[in-house]
Amino acid sequence: MADTVYERAKNPEKIKKDTEFRRVVKQLSYNKLATFGIILFVVLLVICLMAPIIAPYDYQAIDLRNKSQTPNAEHLFGTDNLGRDILSRVLYGGRYSITMGIFSLMVSLVLGTILGSIAGYFGDWVDNIIMRALDIIQSLPGMLLTIVLSAVLGSGYINTILALSINGIPGEARMLRGQILKVRGNEYVEAAQAINCSKTRIITQHILPNSFSPMIVQASMGIASRIMTASSLSFIGLGVQPPAPEWGAMLSDARVYIREYPHMILFPGIAIALTVLSLNLFGDGLRDALDPKLKR
Amino acid sequence: MLRYFIKRILLLIPIIVAVTIVVFTLMYLVPGDPAEILLSGTATPEDVELLRETMGLNDPYFVRLGRFLSDTYIHFDFGTSYSTNQDIWTSIKDRLPRTMKLSLATMALSALFGIPLGIYAAIKQGRLGDNICMLLALVGVSIPNFWLALLLILLFSVNLGWLPALGIGGIKYYVLPALSGCVGGIATEARQTRSSMLEVIRSDYIITARSKGVSEFDVIMKHALKNAMIPIITLIGSQFGFIVGGSMITETIFSIPGMGSFIINGVNSRDYPVVQAGSIFIAAFFSFGMVLVDILYAAVDPRIKAQYTKKKRR
Repeated sequence: MADTVYERAKNPEKIKKDTEFRRVVKQLSYNKLATFGIILFVVLLVICLMAPIIAPYDYQAIDLRNKSQTPNAEHLFGTDNLGRDILSRVLYGGRYSITMGIFSLMVSLVLGTILGSIAGYFGDWVDNIIMRALDIIQSLPGMLLTIVLSAVLGSGYINTILALSINGIPGEARMLRGQILKVRGNEYVEAAQAINCSKTRIITQHILPNSFSPMIVQASMGIASRIMTASSLSFIGLGVQPPAPEWGAMLSDARVYIREYPHMILFPGIAIALTVLSLNLFGDGLRDALDPKLKR
Repeated sequence: MLRYFIKRILLLIPIIVAVTIVVFTLMYLVPGDPAEILLSGTATPEDVELLRETMGLNDPYFVRLGRFLSDTYIHFDFGTSYSTNQDIWTSIKDRLPRTMKLSLATMALSALFGIPLGIYAAIKQGRLGDNICMLLALVGVSIPNFWLALLLILLFSVNLGWLPALGIGGIKYYVLPALSGCVGGIATEARQTRSSMLEVIRSDYIITARSKGVSEFDVIMKHALKNAMIPIITLIGSQFGFIVGGSMITETIFSIPGMGSFIINGVNSRDYPVVQAGSIFIAAFFSFGMVLVDILYAAVDPRIKAQYTKKKRR
């Protein structure tokens, strides 16, 4: 293979992607739990997105004659205190919870990537200013920061996504900065500098693709932790508000009936745990597949 | 060691002042007029305007920031709550120790169970015990602690009636909250301990120790664990933030009047002085914990200690 510095500089992604991506997929396919994790997550996501088709009942239809039923043939997960079908609500709830996780991750990934690449690539005082600012943000515990942010932004779907995103920026920026510091010294970056590539081009075309794998690991774990945080926020009355069937909000509603109708707290919680578990399984497997140190 | 400690404590001051400014600015940006909230909608616009003037709400940002900083750090006055009209410092004095107790108990339980489990899994690597531990740990990481809290209440308070579900009192009131908070911590720490043990266990000095005929127990405890401790301590540090944040949620479930419920109620009733002061205290508690973690580093790793003593000689 003509794997010269010139070839790499000319077409860096193709060669890199070919090998790196294939290697990761191959490693992943050996890891049955990780494969199971990603399949489970995709299935959950698809089921929730298709809720309008799949859900057996209208998620907000109140039916007081059939209220607080335990799981039975008609209502697989039972009904809540207003007679709403819990299965339908859990399905619709996933649309909130999972998409909140994904969108907020995307926002903080984009902003974190920009900040992290600037800090890592330019170094010096730019790096210092950015990192110290992130230090200050991180000296508040994440949950507290999210709570304060959602006080500023207000509750609701979009605002919660924003609060979660801002909270996630320091982590993403730090990770990317570390990656860049690691990759920056490589010869292909030097080569790109030698043929006079612009800084933006070096960052987007050379450094980012090579920092791709740890970003994916962090992303899958990040979605998981954001789904948890989002549902905790809704649970304490910030975040998405009832009657929206967000999983945390459902639990917050159900909490009052814990003595009388314990089945109400069961299913939304299982839904959160299962989604988070699937993402963690995948992230774990992916990390093992990517980490040469763990290959034994 | 003492000088290192003092230096780290002094470094806390700028961090906490910076956090104060950040929190003040965030609260400054909150939509809604505190004067209107205080007068609860029945007052005339003139009354509201008068109150705004007396509260200094019409002043520019920097004037208000300066006043807030001097009130907080020079007069040690955190103001009064909008909703209860109580002095905030009096409330915090009662509440902060409860949050600290809960967080520290959770931390201790996490380390106490997480680290041995991780060691066990590392020794049994690839075998059934390891797989079971790691699968359980993965499930533990994935269960949201507020849901676990509800399940624990359901089992131990509602069904078995062994433990109280709400309020504060003796130590038994802290059992369920700490338990629901520590499961995630145990799981994360077990995972980290396992992986850093596995990294160390293959080193040459472990082989040397074994070939010298050191007993397996000593190899694991004295040679491997000591070297594996650094990433574990790092993790304990980063766990601390999660645990403090998690305690805030747990408090609201178990109706523990601590800092978490203080701040969350403050947010819900738009009681901004409460949120400001509460956040600053939580941040201070958190940062102080991080300093302790740093000092723990120095205590565990002679390399870090040596670095410091070299500096001192210079």
